[in-house]
Amino acid sequence: MKILIIEDDREAASYLKKAFAEAGHTADVAADGEAGFALAEGGNYDVFVIDRMLPRRDGLSVIAGLRANGNTTPALILSALGEVDDRVTGLRAGGDDYLTKPYAFSELLARVEVLKRRAGARDVETVYRAGDLELDRLSHTVRRGGQEITLQPREFRLLEYLMRHAGQVVTRTMLLENVWDYHFDPQTNVIDVHVSRLRGKIERGFDRPILHTVRGAGYMIRAD
Amino acid sequence: MATLSAIMKTTAARLSALYLVLFTACAVVLVIYVSSLSTRMLVGQTQEAIAEEVAGLARAYQRAGLTGLVRLVEIRARQPGANLYLIADPSGFILSGNVESIQPGVLDAAGWTESPFLYRRFGEQGATSRESGHAAVAQVIRLPNQMILLVGRDLSEPEQFGRVMRRALAVALGMMGLGAFLIWYFVGRRALRRIDSVTEASRQIMGGDLSRRLPVTGAGDEFDRLSENLNAMLDRIAGLNEGLKQVSANIAHDLKTPLTRLRNRAEAALNNTAGPTAAKEALEQTIAESDQLIRTFNAILMISRLEAGYSAESTAKIDLALIVSDVVELYEPLAEEQGVTLKAEAAENVQIDGNRELIGQALSNVIDNAIKYSAGFGQKPVVSVSLRKEGDAARLTVRDNGPGIPEEDRERATERFVRLEASRSQPGSGLGLSLAKAVMTFHGGKLELSGEGGGLAVAMIFPTGKNE
Repeated sequence: MKILIIEDDREAASYLKKAFAEAGHTADVAADGEAGFALAEGGNYDVFVIDRMLPRRDGLSVIAGLRANGNTTPALILSALGEVDDRVTGLRAGGDDYLTKPYAFSELLARVEVLKRRAGARDVETVYRAGDLELDRLSHTVRRGGQEITLQPREFRLLEYLMRHAGQVVTRTMLLENVWDYHFDPQTNVIDVHVSRLRGKIERGFDRPILHTVRGAGYMIRAD
Repeated sequence: MATLSAIMKTTAARLSALYLVLFTACAVVLVIYVSSLSTRMLVGQTQEAIAEEVAGLARAYQRAGLTGLVRLVEIRARQPGANLYLIADPSGFILSGNVESIQPGVLDAAGWTESPFLYRRFGEQGATSRESGHAAVAQVIRLPNQMILLVGRDLSEPEQFGRVMRRALAVALGMMGLGAFLIWYFVGRRALRRIDSVTEASRQIMGGDLSRRLPVTGAGDEFDRLSENLNAMLDRIAGLNEGLKQVSANIAHDLKTPLTRLRNRAEAALNNTAGPTAAKEALEQTIAESDQLIRTFNAILMISRLEAGYSAESTAKIDLALIVSDVVELYEPLAEEQGVTLKAEAAENVQIDGNRELIGQALSNVIDNAIKYSAGFGQKPVVSVSLRKEGDAARLTVRDNGPGIPEEDRERATERFVRLEASRSQPGSGLGLSLAKAVMTFHGGKLELSGEGGGLAVAMIFPTGKNE
């Protein structure tokens, strides 16, 4: 995956570049809004990671400019401003995701990977499959190895989100945002308990694990 | 005189000067009007008396001829306070009457004299100069034999009246001026003194003595009211300032403690010789510690922003019941895992103006606390959430049957960073209830803690407005 990082803090930018490289992605870095805009216009990137406050041209204005020129590459906004209003204005300007500083790199990586996949939307698929696990979005049924599993509505949505991003790491905050539609920090391990309950339902009686915990990052549906 | 010029600059002085000018103008107009009216009236009366006199004399003339007329004139002229009588020959030579000399030209035209003239009576001393004469009005009549008869009356009475009026005016004006000046001086000086003391006090306050207050004399006048209001404002500022100091002390304490721990752990990891596994573990703990710090920091930031007031656009019509079911559903598995029964009993469709995110977060903090403190306490830990409409308010209560908070500590429990001694051992930033309180204040509601139901009951009371 090719990522463009527009970030004026050189140290942070080089750390990100290196970390993305370790995760198997290539990243270019621009140190201000104008340079970033020019690179974004010219290069062929999969995801933009844009700091909100940039010298010469504000991050939101860069995104708005790109969108006005017809560039639909997913953009993730990094910001020190993390209030409800800030998130709303960020997304309204054309951002696709919003992450408040300071953040864990694993969180950023998970979000960037999900954003890249988002472009090839799986919205049209009515059935998600991972190994012997099958989720039918129309009939709201879940089967594993042909055996039906009964889920609560929220558990269904949780599994739906995880399966939609099968093979990708999904963090706890991503789950809270996308399954519950809340953006606050849940302090305790509420999400973990939900996930382990779901895991109990889809793994009990089956010898292969399918919902994996990715240490220090989140969860992943993966059929080994 | 420095004080005088300062007084001149006061509002009181300016007002009294303005009043003085206005009153003087009014008084002058009034006096002129009254005196001219009364003068005219007196002159009119004089003329009437003369006309009557003339009619009397005419009757005598008809009855007894010129001789009779002359006699009558002689008699009347001698009476004390008599009118002026004069009979002259056509050349103006005075034949009879009580007038010795008269201003030239008066006798030339018949009828009423056009303006007061000067004359001198018989027996008056040193009376040739014009100034010593008296002014009078008179009727001049040509008798059939070309003799001239003048009947007149002295004008000293109306003139005197006018003089009295003018003098009264002058005295009144003088008194008024003096009064105005005195009022001006004393009121102005008093106002100035009050202002000076207020200025002095405020200068000292600005100089850093925030405990000082503006003087209140107890007179209950506008200065006192102003001072009282300003003092109330100063109290509020001092309160906020005190709160700020308290908070920065708390922030310093609650952030420095974990920061120190963080640093120590990193240092220990650096000096670690036990191998890469131990080092990795130490690093992981370091990250967990810093995450907790970030969490605390975010909560502080959020509380400050809430207290500073959010923009209005961040609120919308929302259904509290939906938030309750969301959050309860979110915490249900956690509660179960902790062996706590989480129950919810919510009225349907409770609409309020609010921010879903903030209320969700506040409620999750309160429920999180309730589960945390009731878990493991007693035989059957229960947390019950209820939502009720109460008049024009919605009451969202979270009750637990945990240890609760002693009544005397409840007020403090919602203050920032307060973690009551009993709960020091529990994990958490100590900001959960403070954040909930800030969210409630932001929504124009309040957070109430009570012991109802055995443990702690936290009630979030939202105004629902008048649409319910």
